[in-house]
Amino acid sequence: MSRAIEEARGYLRPSKKLPTVWCAGCGLGIIMSAMIRAIARLGVAKNDVAVVSGIGCTGRLPTYVDFNTLHTTHGRALAFATGLKLARPGMTVLTAMGDGDALAIGGNHFIHSCRRNIDMTAIVANNAIYGMTGGQYSPTTPHGKRGTTAPYGNVEHAFDCAALAVGAGATFVARTSVYHARELEKLIERALRHKGFSVVEVVANCFTSYGRMNEYASPVDMLRWMKESSVSVKAAEKLPPEKLEGKFTRGVIVERELPEFIQVYDDLHEELTSSPAAIERVRKIIETYDRSADRLKMKHV
Amino acid sequence: MAETKRRDRVVLQGNEACAIGALAAGVDFFAGYPITPSSEIAELMSLCQPLAGGRFIQMEDEIASMAAVIGASLAGSRAMTATSGPGFSLMQENLGFAAIAEVPCLIVNVQRAGPSTGLPTQPAQMDVQQTRWGTHGDHSIIALAPSTVLECFTLTVECVSLAEEYRTPTVLLMDEIVGHMRESVALPAPGSYRVASRPTPESGLPGYCPYAECESGVSPLAAYGGEYRFHVTGLTHDRHGFPTMVDEEVDRKIRWIVGKIEDRADELASYEEFMVDDCDALLFAYGSTARVAKSSVRALRDEGVRAGLLRARTIWPFSRTRLQELAPQVRLVVVPEMNLGQLVLEVERAVCGRAPVLPLGRVDGHLFEPEEISEFVLKEVRR
Repeated sequence: MSRAIEEARGYLRPSKKLPTVWCAGCGLGIIMSAMIRAIARLGVAKNDVAVVSGIGCTGRLPTYVDFNTLHTTHGRALAFATGLKLARPGMTVLTAMGDGDALAIGGNHFIHSCRRNIDMTAIVANNAIYGMTGGQYSPTTPHGKRGTTAPYGNVEHAFDCAALAVGAGATFVARTSVYHARELEKLIERALRHKGFSVVEVVANCFTSYGRMNEYASPVDMLRWMKESSVSVKAAEKLPPEKLEGKFTRGVIVERELPEFIQVYDDLHEELTSSPAAIERVRKIIETYDRSADRLKMKHV
Repeated sequence: MAETKRRDRVVLQGNEACAIGALAAGVDFFAGYPITPSSEIAELMSLCQPLAGGRFIQMEDEIASMAAVIGASLAGSRAMTATSGPGFSLMQENLGFAAIAEVPCLIVNVQRAGPSTGLPTQPAQMDVQQTRWGTHGDHSIIALAPSTVLECFTLTVECVSLAEEYRTPTVLLMDEIVGHMRESVALPAPGSYRVASRPTPESGLPGYCPYAECESGVSPLAAYGGEYRFHVTGLTHDRHGFPTMVDEEVDRKIRWIVGKIEDRADELASYEEFMVDDCDALLFAYGSTARVAKSSVRALRDEGVRAGLLRARTIWPFSRTRLQELAPQVRLVVVPEMNLGQLVLEVERAVCGRAPVLPLGRVDGHLFEPEEISEFVLKEVRR
């Protein structure tokens, strides 16, 4: 444990930002620590890493880590990250979002990021509640569970975050929980090494709001629930559906290759600017707009 | 006209001139979402950016477009988007982020009639006050309005420069007419117009503060992925960029983002003056309406009315100085707009009761006829 803390310390901002805003016992610290260790294992320079977040408890994560950090508007982390990554493809870009951030207000950006396949990693801390605003039900609150806006139990049905990511076309999707801290670190590392858009869903514990309203007396009770209610992807394959009722699967759910956006874009640039025939064709088009093709920085045209 | 001169001319649409202007100003990142009457800008960007080594991306909506633009700008790109009313409404959220986080970027709004989906896609000038106040909270903005295809080029270049220099979002406030109109133009030669860059920090500083106080009013902005790591947030922040709730720091931040623009309203003001020197019936107009107003001035002069036109290129910040100078000499000021009275409110505040200020609105999706304006003025001066 002390090794983990020591490893993480070098990546935390030395200034006044600690302690965190998170409740004692919250799983977000475990996620932040696992994320830091995964980045450390990649061996990339801190200057070459960007961590982007939206709003909510998870949104505060970038404040503490010593990278290039961007704390954006609610739900928009992936859209900001898209611009950042396109402008600086050499950077390792991660987003940290909660379930409300990623799947409610940011749901559109989430599915389109999955589809677009830009080489970035989305970490979704799924605690099934809006924590910062006081425990309102979220798109991942299970049917029947309570929130401050679901005092009689949730009328709606929950998203399965990982399944949504798979359905939307993400090329790497994994899931684990804050109880499985070492596995989480390894999954984030695999996600970061994956060429394309990767999603790591982390089942997290908001015992302050979700736990209190749903009969988990302590953070430990919630962690125990994660341990007992999760099944590895491999084990799940051998189990009949009734044995998986109320449980979630852990591990890599999808890992596949698909041409990555920036790679395709850069190949296109290369193709357009290397063939004399293509350049001539383009010059003719450009000159209908502007006699000075140089102005358009198309020195090669 | 000499043969070479003729060869330099092209027939361009306002939207095309805007896109060419953006490229001329070094815009290397465009994110947008299709919407008439602005889509030609995105189309031309999608053609040119992959060639030029810049980036084009079509996002899932205008919220995301604005977000991507800010992300790219913080990573060192010159970034822009283009839209129209409904999309501009969606962009307000992150436009506010760009204002408080002081991120240079350009938003082109080719105005159409609203509210809501409104009247697609007939012209209007209904987003003038939204441009100033559309996003929540105190902030300021720079907005320029072109009247000609050539100005779609030159004012786009200027909007990019001002965004960079002032570390602020800027808005090119076009309208459907100027966006879709075609004119024969000779674009200025490369090098003959200014293209400014954002202030950047020196290398080798012991620590970098993205929001440090500085005399120029605009603190240097590093780029993600460069020499310095830094934090950017939409929360009120201190000079290091970290969230703050300290009274003095919060107060200073809000005054800073407003003051850096509003304090320079006169410096930023740009007008075309047409027969203003001896005029006593002043027309104040902008965008495509100003083209009509010019014809009205000529017609009024033929009728013996000493009319003149003050055409504003700079809409925001609104400079009162020139109007205050002219107020004592004029009998009335008429402000034709394709809305029911938006910029006229600022004109009234500038003239401050020294002459009657009369709004003249048209909101049926059509541009004014020259006679409409001249007859209105005639009736008023002969009253």
